[in-house]
Amino acid sequence: MTALLQKTALELADMLAAGELTSVELTRATLDRIERLNPTINAFLHVDAESALETAREVDEKRARGEKVGRLAGIPIAIKDNLVMRGVPTTCGSMMLDGWLPPYDATVVTKVREAGMPIVGKTNMDEFAMGSSTEHSAFGPTRNPWDTERIPGGSGGGSAAAVAAFMVPLALGSDTGGSIRQPGSVTGTVGAKPTYGAVSRYGLIAMASSLDQVGPVARTVADAAALQEVIGGHDPLDSTSLDAPVPAFEDIVRRVGSDLSGLKVGIVEQMSTDGFEPGVRAEFDAAVRRLEEAGAEIVSVSCASFDYALAAYYLIMPAEVSSNMARFDGMRFGLRVEPEDGPLTAERVMAESRGKGFGAEVKRRIILGTHVLSAGHYDAYYASAQKVRTLVQRDLDAAFAKVDVLVTPTSPTTAFKFGEKVGDPMAMYLNDLATIPANLAGIPGISIPCGLSEGLPVGFQVLAPAHRDDLMYEVAAAVEASAGDIPGSCPAKDWKDN
Amino acid sequence: MTQLLDFAEVVERFDPVLGIEVHVELGTKTKMFDGAPNEFGGVPNAHVTPSSLGLPGSLPVLNRKAVEYAVRIGLALNCTIAESCRFARKNYFYPDLTKNFQTSQHDEPIAFDGWVDVRLDDGEVVRVEIERAHMEEDAGKNSHVGGNGRIQGADYSLVDYNRAGVPLVEIVTRPIPNTGGRAPEVAAAYVKTLRDIFRALEVSEARMERGNVRADINLSLRETPESPLGIRTETKNVNSFAAIEQAVVYEMRRQGAILSAGGSITQETRHFHDEDGTTSPGREKSDADDYRYFPEPDLVPVAPPREWIEEIRASLPELPHAKRERLQAEWGLSDLELRDLVSAQTLDVVERTVLAGASPAAARKWWMGLIIRYCNEQGIALEDAPVTPEDVAELDRLVESGRLNDKLARQALEGTLAGEGTPAEVAAERGLEIVSDDSALEKAVDDAMAAHPDVVDKIRGGKVQAAGALVGAVMKATRGQADAAKVREIIMARV
Repeated sequence: MTALLQKTALELADMLAAGELTSVELTRATLDRIERLNPTINAFLHVDAESALETAREVDEKRARGEKVGRLAGIPIAIKDNLVMRGVPTTCGSMMLDGWLPPYDATVVTKVREAGMPIVGKTNMDEFAMGSSTEHSAFGPTRNPWDTERIPGGSGGGSAAAVAAFMVPLALGSDTGGSIRQPGSVTGTVGAKPTYGAVSRYGLIAMASSLDQVGPVARTVADAAALQEVIGGHDPLDSTSLDAPVPAFEDIVRRVGSDLSGLKVGIVEQMSTDGFEPGVRAEFDAAVRRLEEAGAEIVSVSCASFDYALAAYYLIMPAEVSSNMARFDGMRFGLRVEPEDGPLTAERVMAESRGKGFGAEVKRRIILGTHVLSAGHYDAYYASAQKVRTLVQRDLDAAFAKVDVLVTPTSPTTAFKFGEKVGDPMAMYLNDLATIPANLAGIPGISIPCGLSEGLPVGFQVLAPAHRDDLMYEVAAAVEASAGDIPGSCPAKDWKDN
Repeated sequence: MTQLLDFAEVVERFDPVLGIEVHVELGTKTKMFDGAPNEFGGVPNAHVTPSSLGLPGSLPVLNRKAVEYAVRIGLALNCTIAESCRFARKNYFYPDLTKNFQTSQHDEPIAFDGWVDVRLDDGEVVRVEIERAHMEEDAGKNSHVGGNGRIQGADYSLVDYNRAGVPLVEIVTRPIPNTGGRAPEVAAAYVKTLRDIFRALEVSEARMERGNVRADINLSLRETPESPLGIRTETKNVNSFAAIEQAVVYEMRRQGAILSAGGSITQETRHFHDEDGTTSPGREKSDADDYRYFPEPDLVPVAPPREWIEEIRASLPELPHAKRERLQAEWGLSDLELRDLVSAQTLDVVERTVLAGASPAAARKWWMGLIIRYCNEQGIALEDAPVTPEDVAELDRLVESGRLNDKLARQALEGTLAGEGTPAEVAAERGLEIVSDDSALEKAVDDAMAAHPDVVDKIRGGKVQAAGALVGAVMKATRGQADAAKVREIIMARV
């Protein structure tokens, strides 16, 4: 069955459509592999075999009756644990929500259900999506299938590892500062952050609302494109959701040829200097050369504000975090801890619950954000950071007036070892250096595997102008085509089936 | 017991400055940011969605009707409507606040820089300047069980989120100076004026007793009108006009006593107590109070189109003060008569009754008399009385056409109030109409003359006024349904 699971989601979809495979068989294979690998990888926090098989059966029956089903109907999918599902445990990787059963579905979950995709489970993540290594999950870290001593990236390490280890062909993630792309980079998977508002955030437990975006995790660009078609589109329940039709991304990817002449690709000067591992740099440069050989024009572009983007992000994000985390207080849902002695007041229950329920990184960001927004410091920190955010947007607008897309390495390093950076928040934050500008500006970004450095995958990032997710997928497909067989090369595929 | 300064002395020694914040709950079908029904009361926590409960993952979506109502209020208060405005998060922790922040408008309100004229009882008009009117959501409701019903000492607390997310507009005045000893009256009259405007605009039921309209009263004292503003207190959620007056009086006397003794006022929120008309300290509110406002990232800015605003402006109803002036002129009322109608809140029903065909005098007489007494006895609001303006107009037609006299009309109206039908139906059912059938009357007169031969003799002897006794007897025999003039006529003819 491992050979089956190595196929891409679209190959599997074709087999289902042709009647060569049933969704029940595929879902069973997926669940078996999860059962075997999850004790090692810890990609899943919750597996819902029964409900997934039920969906699979329904889709098989519909197909048998000749009813029309969606492109990805019957393809199993995993959902990051910060997307709510009615009656299914949703923890956000936090003790604070241990045991909580949401009474409603996120819009993307509804869309995935309507598409007939069996949801096999919820994937591990850094607590409330805060982190770049999935070491901050309250339920233990996820391991990178390329090397189980190494991190799978974060916060969406669970989704990335599940896809990289062939446990599931597709997953959903969320990206606030790079949480889909950076795990994609270090696990050799494809991760896309759509244009802000292109995918509904309703039911995504917010980390930083103005930056969060739900997106696809896959092993190929075409698979990611097909999944964005399923989850994208206007949602009346999300005011920031864009009111525009979803392009046929999969068709666009299919049309990509080997000739890239006419395409202008910008390399951001500020992302070309220090901070990037030599191996990462080398693989990135090689990928750029391949684009050039295919006819693309390579242009160097300066985005001066990028030097301040990380700092601005680490002011705006915690500010929103401090407000978004406020509702987790032990009063209405989730963990409630009462003080062991002394009076039982609302304030003391809140303090105890939050003290016990939140991990160190979440507390750090709440405290930082509270400070940043406080009356005496608002102008110096939050307001200034918003100005930088505007400058980043302007820099990107100016850049996109000159080039079609911008490219950077996704992450400055390949997967690092557990514990290497967990005690050094600043070192951890630097992982998101190249991914953050896209979130600040609301533009789409995608990470595609472009090569290996010392046996570990290197990610290549493509950034496109806002609302040009089509162009992002198009160029990403070209990068992918030039990169050879990196996506299928995860050693996890060779693992024994017992 | 708190020392209080005599009110007259406060007025003599200090200049009070008022500032009033009025919250009005909008009568939209659904809540401010989600589709939960906006209904008063009900089973606790029945009118909620994931969004109004602030559940993880939920998002707000702005209610267009609430924006329209806010614009109506802004326009009625002569405000400028913002070209673009947005919401902010006001962060604080309280169990009735589902997200632990309130979505409100901070530095960009939908309406600002307006004014409203407030007419006092003696006809004097005070212009109150409006600083801003902004939109926000209401919180849920805590009830504390055990102890004395307050949070301290309670065994446990219950929270009902039915009210959480109900749309509010908060209207904030600029400091209102120069009210002197009339400060209590101005405060109450201002809130009353707003209440009437909300009702006329049909944006809210504006029922004070349900908390649809709540006032926070800011008050400070200064030595003279030229002195800088003093330190203020904010008395929260005062819920009736009488309470507003009492709260202002109490705060003036309390602050006056402290300042006279050389003390200083603590800037704080205070609670008003209906039982004894006093206020007591709530939490201290200093300038260090930090709500950590920042723009609400889950909502896009609101830019009401200009043509939409003009449409709303054109659709505004006649506002209460304009209407009063018009009706006073049309009906030829004195100031006193108008004031009586207004203070009894009968102006609207009287107007509707006149529109239904009654004379203004008759409409006033019935509503201000029998009906209002009935409502007071029953303890119900005038609009809940079981009689309509159309009923009263019908009654007036019956009187005008001579089919009922005043006494019978009263009986007919009593029947209507008792649920027996319209006045005409009651008159028919009870057989109330005036008897003008000559033969019936003649028989009654004959009977009366036969029963009182002594009176007949007196009349014959020239004592014409003795006929009154016979008329009375006939009226009694016909249960008041005879036309007295006609009866007298017949008697005189017989004699």
